[in-house]
Amino acid sequence: MPFNILVLACLAYVIVLFLVAFMVERRSMAGALPWLRSPLVYTLSLSIYCTAWTFYGAVGYAARSGLEFLTIYLGPTLVFVGWWWVLRKLVRIGRQQRVTSIADLISSRYGKSNLLGVIVTVIAVVAATPYIALQLQSVTLSFGVFASAPPEGWVVEGNDSTSLWVACGLALFTILFGTRNLDAKEQHTGVVTAIAVEAVVKLVALLAVGIFVVWGLADGPADIFARIDASRIATWDLQPGRWAGLMFLSAAAVICLPRMFQVLVVENADERHLATASWAFPLYLFAMSLFVVPIAVVGLQMMPEGSNPDLFVLTLPLSQGQGGLAMLAFLGGFSSATSMVIVAAIALATMVSNHIVMPLWLRLRPAQAVAGAAVSGDVRRVVLLARRFSIAGVLGLGYAYYRLSGGSSSLASIGLISFVGVAQILPAMMGGIFWRGATRVGAALGLTIGFAVWAYTLFLPSFGPDAVIAAGVFAEGPFGLHWLRPRALFGVEGLDPLLHATFWSLVLNATAFCIGSILTFPGPVERMQGAAFVNVFDAGAAGPQGWAGGKAEAEDLLIMAQRILGEEAALALFEAEARMQGKAGYLPDATPGFVEGLERRLAGSVGAATAHAMISQLAGRVAVTVEDLMAVANETAQIMEYSQQLEAQREELTRTARQLREVNEKLTQLSVQKDAFLSQISHELRTPMTSIRAFSEILMEGVPPEMAGQYARIVHDEAIRLTRLLDDLLDLSVLENGSVQLNLGLTNLQQLLDRAVQAASHTRPEREFTLHRNPAAENMFIRTDGDRLAQVFINLISNARKYCDAARPELRIVVRHRGGRVMVDVIDNGSGIPKASQALVFEKFARLTDQTRAGGAGLGLAICREVMGSLGGTIGYLPGQGGAAFRVTLPLRLEKAA
Amino acid sequence: MTAHVLLIEDEPNIAEAIRFILTRDGCRVSTHGGGVDAVAAVHAARPDLLILDLMLPGVSGLDILATLRADPATEALPVLMLTAKGQDRDREAAERAGASRFMSKPFSNAEIIASVRDLVAR
Repeated sequence: MPFNILVLACLAYVIVLFLVAFMVERRSMAGALPWLRSPLVYTLSLSIYCTAWTFYGAVGYAARSGLEFLTIYLGPTLVFVGWWWVLRKLVRIGRQQRVTSIADLISSRYGKSNLLGVIVTVIAVVAATPYIALQLQSVTLSFGVFASAPPEGWVVEGNDSTSLWVACGLALFTILFGTRNLDAKEQHTGVVTAIAVEAVVKLVALLAVGIFVVWGLADGPADIFARIDASRIATWDLQPGRWAGLMFLSAAAVICLPRMFQVLVVENADERHLATASWAFPLYLFAMSLFVVPIAVVGLQMMPEGSNPDLFVLTLPLSQGQGGLAMLAFLGGFSSATSMVIVAAIALATMVSNHIVMPLWLRLRPAQAVAGAAVSGDVRRVVLLARRFSIAGVLGLGYAYYRLSGGSSSLASIGLISFVGVAQILPAMMGGIFWRGATRVGAALGLTIGFAVWAYTLFLPSFGPDAVIAAGVFAEGPFGLHWLRPRALFGVEGLDPLLHATFWSLVLNATAFCIGSILTFPGPVERMQGAAFVNVFDAGAAGPQGWAGGKAEAEDLLIMAQRILGEEAALALFEAEARMQGKAGYLPDATPGFVEGLERRLAGSVGAATAHAMISQLAGRVAVTVEDLMAVANETAQIMEYSQQLEAQREELTRTARQLREVNEKLTQLSVQKDAFLSQISHELRTPMTSIRAFSEILMEGVPPEMAGQYARIVHDEAIRLTRLLDDLLDLSVLENGSVQLNLGLTNLQQLLDRAVQAASHTRPEREFTLHRNPAAENMFIRTDGDRLAQVFINLISNARKYCDAARPELRIVVRHRGGRVMVDVIDNGSGIPKASQALVFEKFARLTDQTRAGGAGLGLAICREVMGSLGGTIGYLPGQGGAAFRVTLPLRLEKAA
Repeated sequence: MTAHVLLIEDEPNIAEAIRFILTRDGCRVSTHGGGVDAVAAVHAARPDLLILDLMLPGVSGLDILATLRADPATEALPVLMLTAKGQDRDREAAERAGASRFMSKPFSNAEIIASVRDLVAR
């Protein structure tokens, strides 16, 4: 089969996967796709446990070590069937705490310790490196099978350029797949679906090869059993220690591997899916392992001596001329490798960027980070960039390991090194979810020591003698310390290196973890998180999100919701909830269910992380993860900007509304005033007209002459009264319009007052007033409109003559000169004006009583006020003078307004 | 029988005109110029007809009317309401308060005589 076609097939396959992922993401964004969230997809996605190691390596493993390969399947099966409740607890915690990775879980459990996050991330990356190298190796090998010319070249030599290209291709593929956008929830529906498709492809491929081997190459099951009995696999004897160790390792790995944690916990959409997976996943593993032994046995028999048993799945069909089947097998292996690499790289990149890059970035550039937050999407860009570089870095490490280790070890032994590495996380994890006494110090100690022991006894030696650790150290120990030999710690010799490393690393790890935890006390956040993790099902009983213990106030929630959803939508949401709870108004009880629903609603607007962090804050939870903070750093900027705009708009609206209200009030007031004014005018006009009409009719009908004279006089007086009223109204209208023409000139105040007293004497001339004046003080010249000013004093003196109710009426006119202003007080000795009316007297038609018949319409003081205004002065009532008192103030020298 | 008409009106000239017209028509007319003591004046005079101005010093004619209508002794007294405002809502207010008839100033003498005759005849 031409190499080019193979590459094209791979590319086409990858494009199909990419399209699947893309479509699913699009559809799931547009609306629910129930079957995508089904337990089946979840179970299939778990099959990333079966990597290229499983696909190719299990056959090789079986060919080398017989049934021991089964341990790799038995471990997970035991976990899923027997330890289902542990998984359920993990999933529940993961969902409740919005855990984004295994490093996040450990960090979160031990009081948000970023140090632990870093340690776990480092362990995970280092441990995953051989594993990724393994995928590179298997894909490279499988490419090599097709590349070398058949039939003689089944022995494959490491092809450096191929592995490099594979690494680059996978990196690109993963970046495209996993970091197209920053998903706050860290769930990748599209990727998970693509992986489920790959799971089907690899299962079908392996079954197809198995069926071909059993029924095509052999004569059915009976023949196969006979061949097995005849092969050396049958003679292989069980090593109980190694079996137990391997089963334990694979059981630990299925929980602790970052990629398994990703699909098992992070991508879990529904806890109930776990129930299905608990039997379906072991079933899948069973199907995957069903034909391993037959393929191995037949391969050993049919393939030439020295062929790599890891590639029997591929080479067997090829050697029989089954190009199509070989292609299917190749795609199966390719699927296994790519799905593992994609998920592992995504999981590791999330950890690296969340626990190493972002904290560093935020610390190194605090000023820019804060300032940069104003630029929307800045943090988001950094995160995406960090993830992309992390993916490239992880694959680069894998490639480096592949080159360093020579790419010659069998697939299975590489995989097991990784298993032991990630198993170091197990004590901290299990202790974290079952033992409240576990502390950060214990976890850090255990992880560090376990990691160091693993690196020293298994990982570094895997590069071979003299590669990293000198050969002398293997034989004599470092610095001649015999008991520190990597393969025989503390003098324990003769043990299988894998078991040796597993035993010592985990024993020392767990011991350090326990001792460290017992000797130290957890911090407050740690204690709270510990309780939340260990008692996750208690909290969960009250509500899936566990907001039960929170103390969120409905009003605070409403305020926050208003800022994010907008006032109207938030109020509608809260009102609907309140109504459902049977309460009136807008504030429902903050029940866990309601808070959870609200969080989901908010997540739709600002992203789950921010929503979670904000509600956490209100609910009094300290559960803010690095992911939360990071998302908040970015999203807060957008929210702040948005809410500032909203705030500005709101203020402007409020201001406009206030202005409108004021204008409206003024208009209403004006309208009321106008009505009252017209009503008053009507009254003032109709009253004299009534008398005039009635008496003219009487006169027309003929009356005795002595009466006629009296009645004619009444008609005449009332006509004059009408004229005066109209004059006053016109006067007032002119004054109020400000269109009055002032005739400025020098006037002697004394003469002016004389004139006013003289003119006012026509009012009730029968009354005799005693006048008190001070001619000396009055004798000054003022620059003003003398006629207008005289009008004011005539009005005041007339009023005094009209209304002063003293038996011996007196009038005092007091003139003072202060600065540039002149004050003239006009004071009588009557009973004055009641306090309540003092402010009213200057209003139009404010005539207080009609008991006098002087005929004023109540416009006099209003006119005075307008006149004084136009003369640059004031007029006011002066209380406490023992009678009605008015003070006129005016400038000594009035200049024309510029 | 001569009808006794009580006129409560603060404008002396108007009061004089009405007094003259009605006296000439054969009524006995008493006048009262105050507002605050109007109700007492009605009780003292016990007229056959009351002519009441709407705007009196210190008190509204409507209040006086309401007081009279609330008193069994005067609840059936015919009342002719006079107003110089002449707006529709004043008329409505007067009718609500129980005025028998409503006239706006200025009026023709014939009108007021006809109204008084009509009200007294009832």
